[in-house]
Amino acid sequence: MDFINAYSPDHLTFLLEGFWVTLKVAFISIILSFIIGGIFGILRYAKIPVISQIAAVIVETIRNLPLLLIIFFTYFALPEIGLKLEIVPAAIVALTVFESAMISEIIRSGLNSIEKGQMEAARSSGLSYVQALRYVILPQALRRMVPPMVSQFISLLKDTSLAVVISLPELMHHGQIIYAQNINYFVPILLLVAIMYFVVNYTLSILARRLELKQG
Amino acid sequence: MLDFSILTDHLDMYLEGFKITITASLIALVASLVIGILIAVIRIVPFKPLNALGAAYVEFIRNIPLLIIVFFFFLGLRLDGLMAGTIALSIYTSSFIAEAIRAGILSVPKGQMEAARSSGLSYVQTMRLIILPQAFKIVIPPLGNQFINLVKNSSILSVVAGLDLMYQGDLISSRTFVVFDVYIFVAIFYLLLTIPLSLGVGYLEKRLAKSN
Repeated sequence: MDFINAYSPDHLTFLLEGFWVTLKVAFISIILSFIIGGIFGILRYAKIPVISQIAAVIVETIRNLPLLLIIFFTYFALPEIGLKLEIVPAAIVALTVFESAMISEIIRSGLNSIEKGQMEAARSSGLSYVQALRYVILPQALRRMVPPMVSQFISLLKDTSLAVVISLPELMHHGQIIYAQNINYFVPILLLVAIMYFVVNYTLSILARRLELKQG
Repeated sequence: MLDFSILTDHLDMYLEGFKITITASLIALVASLVIGILIAVIRIVPFKPLNALGAAYVEFIRNIPLLIIVFFFFLGLRLDGLMAGTIALSIYTSSFIAEAIRAGILSVPKGQMEAARSSGLSYVQTMRLIILPQAFKIVIPPLGNQFINLVKNSSILSVVAGLDLMYQGDLISSRTFVVFDVYIFVAIFYLLLTIPLSLGVGYLEKRLAKSN
């Protein structure tokens, strides 16, 4: 184990560059997932015949597949049907597909957690379904969704590491490149990479817990 | 259209991978339950240093990627892929199971512990006879979800040549030079495991919610 050379300024910069990619990819994916997952979550909540069922089948299929498979498939299999994506877009697409399914469930259960009477009261006071959803149900539900959304973002940050299988230049991959030069770097680098993930994720998890306590 | 000859020609490999995925998941489930229960107990016994130790374990493990733990055992300790992957899965999952169990135990009202203790039961007896049976009911659905995650996460074995379903997909596609169809079949095999589990957990959640 060679901690001193493993932690050279070049290596540290290289790891930070990787972490920056991890954060960027995770952030873009979570934003996209929130939009797509939001649509699917509302579609399932609204119980529109046929459409809600189709949404349910899509969400349940994706949720029950390993993310690793989705990443691999997006990058290596889609070109066979003419959909060739570069590494970074492929990673973002794969993570977004998976996370949208997860987030749609958070949104659906957030919506379902608002008492039924609220919708009935809003409707009978003259609001349309969409208005009731927009002005009465969603604002309350969104607040309840924040803690699980933060937890989901933590999972996403960890899961971004799976994109090493398509050589996404994120933190884990940069770590691999460094310890591939010298096996004595393996333990120091793996430890540092773990600590980097830990610091960010632990901070976020404390934030999620605070928000949860605040809501009581 | 899907080329079913890929499935029929390599059925033995798919089934071998399926078997390994199931076996590794079951072993990791049992191991993570044992470790998880132990850690949950360590976190609630009335002894602060142990509590802190348990908390450190849970917080560290569940805030780092599973892949790091896999590489630690595979490259660091030089275990073979299947072994390294299964141990890593057990450790990773145990931190989530410990949390689920702890939350279940804490959800039993405090008065129960106090009442049982003051009626003469020891701490261990109270835990075993009063608290744990009630906590069990609350813990079952989250444990089910952890098991589903475990099955999905077991695909990480493929990264270290762990012979699982996903890895067999790798082998088959390097033989046939086909990726799309090969992995659609891999996906179907995963769904054969995870969909029934998800439906089961959903059913249990509903039933337990009703019984409260």
